[in-house]
Amino acid sequence: MRRTVLRLLGPIALVLVIADVIMGLFVTPPDVVQGEIVRLVYIHPALAWVALYVAFGMAALCSVLYLWPRTRSMTFDYLAAAAVEVGVVFTILTLITGSIWGRTTWGVWWTWDARLTSTALLAVMFMGYLALRRVPADPHVRARRCAVVALFAAVDVPIVHFSVIWWQTLHQGATVLNSNLSPTIHGSMAWTLLLSFVAFTAAYAWMVIARYRIEVIRHSGDTQELDAAVEARKAEGVAL
Amino acid sequence: MWRDAWLVASRDLRIEARSRVVLWQVVPFAVLALLLFAFAFGPQRERLVTAAPGLFWLALLFSTVLFAQRARALEGSPATREATRLLGLDPAGVFIGKAVALFLELVILEVLLLVGILLLFHVVVLSWGILVASLLLAALGLSSASVLYGALSGEAQMRATLLPVLLLPIVAPVLIAGVRAFQAAVNAGGALGGRWLGVLAVFGVVYSALGIALYGPLEEN
Repeated sequence: MRRTVLRLLGPIALVLVIADVIMGLFVTPPDVVQGEIVRLVYIHPALAWVALYVAFGMAALCSVLYLWPRTRSMTFDYLAAAAVEVGVVFTILTLITGSIWGRTTWGVWWTWDARLTSTALLAVMFMGYLALRRVPADPHVRARRCAVVALFAAVDVPIVHFSVIWWQTLHQGATVLNSNLSPTIHGSMAWTLLLSFVAFTAAYAWMVIARYRIEVIRHSGDTQELDAAVEARKAEGVAL
Repeated sequence: MWRDAWLVASRDLRIEARSRVVLWQVVPFAVLALLLFAFAFGPQRERLVTAAPGLFWLALLFSTVLFAQRARALEGSPATREATRLLGLDPAGVFIGKAVALFLELVILEVLLLVGILLLFHVVVLSWGILVASLLLAALGLSSASVLYGALSGEAQMRATLLPVLLLPIVAPVLIAGVRAFQAAVNAGGALGGRWLGVLAVFGVVYSALGIALYGPLEEN
C-alpha cells in the first residue's frame, strides 16, 4: 500500500502541476491592475511556501530530532539533507519568479527590499549547509554539525515571514494568511492559487522521498563496502 | 570552567605573540583591504566619507574570517583535541578562552582599522561613546560566532573555502548594525545609535550562549 502511494506520488504531482499551469494560463482572468503578469501568482507564492515553510521547517524539525538524544537517528539526518537540497532549488526558483514579477511591476530585476534580501541570505545559508555535508567526516559528526547549522539558518525563516510587517517593504503583505485571516483573492483565482499550493507541495514530497532514498542507498553502499573490506582482511588473517 | 578559559586564552595569546601570524598576515590584509577600497572609490573626499562606515565593517568582517581560520587552526589538529580531552578541560571553558583571545585580537584590529579610516578617509567622529560601544559589542559577537563556526566547519582541507560561506551570512546583522552605529557616531545620532547597539548586544549574547552550550557536543567524535 505504502509503496503504491509512493509510486503514484510522482505522477500525481506532475498531473497537479500541469493542471495548475493550465488553470493559471487559460482559465483564470487577467488582473484589472497587473494584467497578464498576475499569472505568476499561481507559481511564485506556492514555491515560496514550499521552500520557506515546508522544506526548511522540515529541515529544522529533523535537525532537532537528530540532536535530541532520545530520537537520534541517521534517518532524520538524511531527511534534513533531502529537505534542504530540494528547499534550496525551490528558494532559487522563488527568487527567479519574484525577479520576473518585479521587473514588470517595479521596473527592476532586483531591489534591496527586506523580504528579498533575507530570502537571498537564507538561500546562501542553506547552500553553506549543503557544502558542509560534502566535507569528509564521520557520519555522526557531520550530522551533528549540519543539524546545528540548519537550526541557525532556520532562524532566518521567521525574519523572512515577518519582514513585510517589521519593515516598510516594497513586497506586498500576505494575500491568504494575513492578520485578519481574510483572503484578498476570490473565485477561480483563489481556487487556482490553492491548487498551486497542493501541486507544488506534492512535487516537493515526491522529490524529498526520491532524494532520501538515494541518500539511504549511498550510505548503505558505503557500509556494505566497509563490511566487505573488513571481512576480506579477516579472511586474509585466517589464511596466513 | 573559568580556570580552563584562562588557560586556553593565555595559550592562544602566547602562541600569537610568538608566531606573529596575526601581526604579519591578518593586520596587513585589513590595511590592504582599506587601501583597495579607497582605490576603487577614487580620491573624492565626500565619497570616501560616505562610504567609510561600510568599508570599515567590510574590512573587519573579511579579517574576521582569517581570525576564525587561525583560531581553529590552533585547536583543529586531532592531537590537540585529544590532549584537550585528556586534560579534562571543560568544553565551555575552552570556548570562552578561545573567544576571549579572539576578542582581544579583534579589538586590537578594530583600533588599527579605525586609525586607518580616520586618517585615510577623513572621517570625523562626533559620538565616541556609540562608536566604542559598537566596536566592543561587535567584537564580542564576532569572536563567539567565529569560534563556534570554526568548530562547525570541519577539517583543515575544506575550512579555507567553507568557513566564509558559513560565517559571513550569519554575521550579516553585525555588518548592518555596525554600519548604522558608525553612521550614528559620525552624525551624533544618539537614539538611532542606541537601537543598533541593542542589535549588536543581542547578537553577542546569543552567540556567546550558543557557543557555551554547543561547543562541547560539536567537538565530540
